[in-house]
Amino acid sequence: MNLLASILGDRMSWDYFWHGWVQFGGQAATIGGALAVVAGLTYFKKWGYIWREWLTSLDAKKIGVMYTVVAVVMLLRGFGDAVMMRLQQMLASGDSKGFLDAEHFQQVFTAHGTIMIFFVAMGLMFGLINLVLPLMLGARDVAFPLLNSISFYLYLAGFVLVNLSLVYGEFGAVGWLAYPPLSELQFSPGPGVDYWLWSIQIAGIGSTLSAINFIVTILRMRCKGMTLMRMPVFAWSIFATMILTLAAFPMLTGSLFMLSLDRMMGMHYFTSELGGNAMMYINLIWAWGHPEVYILVLPAFGIYSEVVATFARKKLFGYTSMVWALMAIALFSYLVWAHHFFTMGAGGNVNAFFGIMTMIIAIPTGVKVFNWLFTLYKGRIRFDAPMWWFVAFVTTFLIGGATGVMLAVPAIDFQVHNSLFLVAHFHNTIIGGVVFGYFAGLTYWFPKIFGFKLHERLGKLAASLWIAGFFMAFIPIYILGFLGATRRLEKFDPSYGWQPLFIASAIGTAVIGLAVATQLVQLGYSIWKRKQLQDKTGDPWNGRTLEWSVPSPAPEYNFARLPVVHSRDAWWHAKQGQANIYEGAYRDFELPKNTGTGVAIGIAATIFGFAAIWHLWWLCVVAVTMVVWVLVRRMMNEDTEVLVTAAQARKLDATRKAAA
Amino acid sequence: MSQSATAVVAHSKETFGFWLYLMTDCLVFATLFATFAVLRSATAGGVTGADIFSLPFVLTETMVLLASSFAVGMAVVAANANKRRPMLRWLAATGLLGAVFLGMELWEFTVLYQEGHIWTKSAFLSSYFGLVGTHGLHILTGLIWLAALMGHALKHDLSNRAKQRILYFSLFWHFLDVIWICIFTVVYLMGVV
Ligand code: HEM
Ligand SMILES: [Cu+2]
Repeated sequence: MNLLASILGDRMSWDYFWHGWVQFGGQAATIGGALAVVAGLTYFKKWGYIWREWLTSLDAKKIGVMYTVVAVVMLLRGFGDAVMMRLQQMLASGDSKGFLDAEHFQQVFTAHGTIMIFFVAMGLMFGLINLVLPLMLGARDVAFPLLNSISFYLYLAGFVLVNLSLVYGEFGAVGWLAYPPLSELQFSPGPGVDYWLWSIQIAGIGSTLSAINFIVTILRMRCKGMTLMRMPVFAWSIFATMILTLAAFPMLTGSLFMLSLDRMMGMHYFTSELGGNAMMYINLIWAWGHPEVYILVLPAFGIYSEVVATFARKKLFGYTSMVWALMAIALFSYLVWAHHFFTMGAGGNVNAFFGIMTMIIAIPTGVKVFNWLFTLYKGRIRFDAPMWWFVAFVTTFLIGGATGVMLAVPAIDFQVHNSLFLVAHFHNTIIGGVVFGYFAGLTYWFPKIFGFKLHERLGKLAASLWIAGFFMAFIPIYILGFLGATRRLEKFDPSYGWQPLFIASAIGTAVIGLAVATQLVQLGYSIWKRKQLQDKTGDPWNGRTLEWSVPSPAPEYNFARLPVVHSRDAWWHAKQGQANIYEGAYRDFELPKNTGTGVAIGIAATIFGFAAIWHLWWLCVVAVTMVVWVLVRRMMNEDTEVLVTAAQARKLDATRKAAA
Repeated sequence: MSQSATAVVAHSKETFGFWLYLMTDCLVFATLFATFAVLRSATAGGVTGADIFSLPFVLTETMVLLASSFAVGMAVVAANANKRRPMLRWLAATGLLGAVFLGMELWEFTVLYQEGHIWTKSAFLSSYFGLVGTHGLHILTGLIWLAALMGHALKHDLSNRAKQRILYFSLFWHFLDVIWICIFTVVYLMGVV
């Protein structure tokens, strides 16, 4: 018994398995989901297939698909959390306390925010980058395929830990940024904050590694003739985003590291005693956090740029100003972080600086919106489903941007700080800007990856339902914020008479639920009807950039012959007969071999996170040893690539073209 | 592209990527430095830097680390000249000096610990142990990496790949040197003055 106690440490206890019936629902859903996947794979004998074709693959497109799948799963969970909160705030009025107690409600909004930002938005972003960036640049792969796989598995480790918290333990009840001193051991003694901490610490390191990978890809892997100013704007947006990631995520790593030292070793970085300084954490976390919101939205801006140009059948208006606007936004996003705590007491001058800086960001953003509109002007516009997402974006993001400028005025912010007005504002920009953008991108590039389009009418229906649901759900939240409703409360005093607005918001959330259901149906239906929806040409939307010049689904090697480009929108010009992008002889090339290295690192990282959360120090050592062992073994392995000869390349190309 | 040309491109990509990694690690340290700067005077009535740091000791530590950086530079030179034995000797010297440095740091920590100046006592001590300890952890990582490189080089001939790896390691090692110089200046010198 003593031995067992020393192995399991003093933190683990049976109590963490049972919290109550509501939580039991979460446990059942998580375990049930995991078991269903395992059982399905076993029953259909797909383990070998999954291992060979997916888990160990270093093909960026497959890694991209895996990111997207995980992100969609997390979207469903994050949405489930949102529904719980909306129901709770709707029901809790007067004598009714609703079904969530305060502590549980706090865990739910913490989990919701964390999941939506780190695992949905970031996941979809990295998914889309992997799916299309190399294709767009005329490259066969990313710069470091194995590192790419490792990044994905670090993200997956975070995903596993977040969901594990639902089964065994608890989640932080501290908000998605876990401000100290609340998040310190003194006030949050349980493992919840540690689940939060380690899941995003591990996933965040993966993001930093991805940033390195994509920056090198963009600067070193472009095909011949593709100068920087000939890159598609999506590639530019990723470049700006990855510079932001590279410069911001290490600050997150450092801040989380210090918080974990406080919690694990009893240090006093951010505690409220012995000199600790909580505001230091809050400054640091927002020095990461504000760039983070641009990390999420810039790729979406890139997607809109591609979509608008394609469906207006015109070249993008103001390419150069688009590029400068991206870079300006990237730069300014580092100079605004203090607008998240105007109320800190830094004084009028500091607040004025940060307020004005924030408003300045609206200018390049406005430039971009006008550029999209001018691109549409006199275009022969086609309204396919991706365009519906664009329209959804322009209408909603406009409002989100306007309320953002309002919040940038310190005097206004003092009134609505920490209110539901803020909550409405950032959902307005994140859903309207980021989520709609990624949906546009997924709809747009889906045929390139899978070889068939998503069903159009269902896609348009989903977009319409999302817009309607969004406004129904969040306009009441804006109003409530103005009326003075504070965020993060599970219950409001009924004498305010706010319940009708919460009911309206809950109905809107139900409409969003319908929209999400429509998207799932769309996916299922499209798979079922994939023959009719097949993309035979490889260029279903009459596109402009290189990814549309190869057959769909794009082959593993992307290009049998690497393209040579002479202009922007090279594929468009090639189609006009103005230039030839595939000429010259086929050449030998190498492809990375599959490897389980990423999987092993992911498993070790998960074990490490779990061990750190539960204070099982010996297990931490085991996990680190595992990582070292895996890396050393990989170093010893010289045989990591397969050669495709020129003759094979020619033959592969011919069969692909014949099949089309 | 011929095989060797591909290799050159791959090498230049990797070097660039490795530099970017070093930048990110530098930022992690920057975060720790910034926090140290804010918390250095938050001693909660306890000891200050001037009370606990011994400059001669730390200066010796610094010299040892600089020497080890020099050794790794010589190892790279030897590797590029395809001299495997000298290279291994220089790498061994690097590792030895690194280990001495780490030992001295642990010694310093132990003394502080025994005198009761531990990280739980004040924000200043937390940020001190956090910053210097993180550097120490990096040194430890470097030593493990070095051991793996040497193990490989003992058994195999010097391939281009192996030479590149030694170059990356040396970049890492020099980087830790630079960070240490910052620590020496910001933490120790400015702490005592
Ligand atoms: C799908 C519809 C969504 C609904 C109905 C919804 C609803 C909510 C609600 C009710 C809250 C808590 C508000 C409060 O403090 O009282 C919340 C917080 C939050 N949501 Fe959402 N949300 C949605 C989508 C998203 C998305 C897509 C993201 C990000 C990608 C997101 C990010 C956040 C964040 C960061 C918080 C703050 C959590 C905290 O207070 O720590 N949400 N959301
Ligand atoms: Cu901000």
